[in-house]
Amino acid sequence: MRTDAPQPPRSAELAAMRELIRRHKRADIVFGLVGLVCMMVGVVTLLVLFVDLMIDGLPRFSRDFFMNFPSRHAERAGILSAWVGTCLVMLVTMVAAVPLGVAAGIYLEEYAPKNWVTDLIEINVTNLAGVPSIVYGLLALGLFVYIFGLGQSIATAGLTLALLILPVIIVTTREAIRAIPVAIREAAYGVGATRWQVVADHVLPYSIGGIMTGVIIGLARAIGETAPLITVGALTFIAFLPPSPLRSEAPYVSFEWLLSPFTVLPIQMFNWVSRPDEKFLLNAAATGIVIIVATLAMNALAIWLRYRLRKRIKW
Amino acid sequence: MEQVGVRMPVAQSVHAARLAHKRARRLKESAIEAVLFLCALSAVATTVAIVVILLYESLGFFEVVSLREFLTGTVWTPLFTNPQYGVLPLVAGTVTTAGVALVVAVPLGLVTAIYLSEFAPHGVRETVKPFLELLEGVPTVVYGYFALLFVTPLLQKLMPELPGFNMLSPGIVIGIMIIPYVSSVSEDAMRAVPMSLREGSYAMGATRFQTAIKVVLPAALSGVVAAFILGISRAVGETMVVAVAAGQQPNFTFNPTESAATITAYIVQVALGDLPHGSIAYQSIFAAGLVLVLMTLAFNVIGHLLRRSFRERY
Repeated sequence: MRTDAPQPPRSAELAAMRELIRRHKRADIVFGLVGLVCMMVGVVTLLVLFVDLMIDGLPRFSRDFFMNFPSRHAERAGILSAWVGTCLVMLVTMVAAVPLGVAAGIYLEEYAPKNWVTDLIEINVTNLAGVPSIVYGLLALGLFVYIFGLGQSIATAGLTLALLILPVIIVTTREAIRAIPVAIREAAYGVGATRWQVVADHVLPYSIGGIMTGVIIGLARAIGETAPLITVGALTFIAFLPPSPLRSEAPYVSFEWLLSPFTVLPIQMFNWVSRPDEKFLLNAAATGIVIIVATLAMNALAIWLRYRLRKRIKW
Repeated sequence: MEQVGVRMPVAQSVHAARLAHKRARRLKESAIEAVLFLCALSAVATTVAIVVILLYESLGFFEVVSLREFLTGTVWTPLFTNPQYGVLPLVAGTVTTAGVALVVAVPLGLVTAIYLSEFAPHGVRETVKPFLELLEGVPTVVYGYFALLFVTPLLQKLMPELPGFNMLSPGIVIGIMIIPYVSSVSEDAMRAVPMSLREGSYAMGATRFQTAIKVVLPAALSGVVAAFILGISRAVGETMVVAVAAGQQPNFTFNPTESAATITAYIVQVALGDLPHGSIAYQSIFAAGLVLVLMTLAFNVIGHLLRRSFRERY
C-alpha cells in the first residue's frame, strides 16, 4: 500500500478504466436480457402449445363430442366414456388419498417423536415423490389387479393415482401446519386441551386452506396422469358407461361401478394420437384442450387460493 | 364450574368418575395417535410394496433369462417368436432422450435461476413464477402430442431427413418441461447464499453479473448440481412424451435423430397389448421397471445428499 497521496491517474489510464467499467456494465445489461429471454422460453412454449391445440382441436367442440362414445368414425367419436371415467376415478382417488395424506401429515408434524421410525417415514415420503409415475402402474398391476383381485377397474385406477399423489398431499399438509405459530398450540395446551383437541379445534381449521391447495394440486396432477393407468390396463375403447351409482330401489346406492372397466381422458387422447388417420389427431387435440383446461384451471385455483390465504391470515 | 386453585375435598364417587373420564380420554388419545401413525406408515408400506412386487416378478424373469444376457445383450425383442432379452437398447434410448433433455434444460434452467435470483425485479419474479409452475402442470400426454405434431415437423424443416419418430424432439420437449423444476431448485440454492457474500463482492466494485457468476454460483454449486441431477431423474422416468413421439422400436443407438424405445415406452407398449399374467413378456416389464427404479433412485439419492450438504453449510 502506498502511503503518499494518490496521484491523479493519467488520462490514458483513466480512459482505459472507464472503458472497463462501461464494458462490465454492458455485460450486466446483456446478461439481464439473456436471462429474460431464457425465462420466456418456457412461457412462450406454453402459449404456443396452447394455441396449437386450440387451432387443431377447437373446431371439434360440440355437444356431440362430449355426449358420444368413441367410434371408428372420427367425426362421430366423442369423449363421453372418457370424461365420466375421469370423474369417477378422481372421486376414488380423492376419497382414498385425502384422509390418508392429511392424517400422515398431521402425524409427522404434530405427533412424531424424533427417532429412526420418523426419519424412515420422512425419507420414504421424499423418495416416493421422485419415483417415476409408471412404476406406480407396475405396483398397481402386481398388487391391486392380481393380488387383491380388483381387476382392471375404476377402483384400481383410483387407488393407483391416490398412492401417486400421496407425497404431494403429505408435503403440503406439513407445510400448511408448520406455518401455524407455536403460540397458538401452547395457548390451547395451557387451558388443558389434549393433543387431538389441539389438532382438531385449532391446527386443522387454521391450516385447511393450505391443505386444500395441496389437495387441488395433487388432483390436478392425477387428472393428467396417463402412464400408470395404461400399465394397469385401462382399455382404450369403451363404448358404455359404468353402472350408475344411484338406484331407484333400496338401498339406492350401488358400488358396482367401482369394479367396472373404464377409460379416462388422457388415455383416450393417447389412443387417438397413436392412430395414423389425421382426423383422429383432431379429436386428440380437442381432448387435449379439455384435459389442459381442467388441469390449468385447478392449478390456477390453487395458486389463487394460496395467494388469498397468505393475504388474509395475519398472526 | 369448579373453582381453580383451591383444593376442595371431593367425594369418593366423584373422584372415581373423574379418574375414569381421564382414563377414557387418554385411551382415545392414544387410539387416535395409533391411527395417524398407521396412515404415516403407508408411505413406508408403498415403498416396500414397490420393491417386493418388482423383485418378485423380476425373479421369475431372471429364472429364464440370465443376468449376464440381460445386462450385456444388445437386442431387445421379448415379443418376437425368437425372443432376446438384452436391456441395453432400452437403456441407450433412455440415456439419449434424457441427455437431449439435459442439453436443453441445463443452460436454460441455470440462466433462468440466476436471473430470477439475482437480476429480476420483484414484480417480474412474482408474475413469471406462477406461469413457470403451470408449465409443470401440463399433462405429459399433451406434451407428447406437441412433440409429435408440432416440434417434429418444425425440426424436419431444418433437418429434412429427420424421421417422423425420433428421440430429438421428445428430448427437447422434456427438457423444456423440466426447466421450471431445475430452475426452482437452483434458485433456492442461490437464495440460500448469505447476503454478506454478495455485499462483500459489491463493495469490491463487482457488477451484478460478476457477483452472480464468480461469487453466488460457486457458493451455491452443490445445490445447482443437485437440481440438474434431480432433473435427470425426472427425464429418465418420463413416459408419455417418448411413448408418443420417439417410436416404440428398441434400437441400440445413441443418435438422437433416430427412433428408439426407452424403458418407459417399452412398458407402455407391452401394457397396451393384453398379456397373460405370469408370461415371460409380462415379467419383462417388471425387470425393465426394476432397472428404471434403480437408475432414478441413484440419481435421487445423489441429488438429495448434495442438496442437504449444501443446506447445512450456511
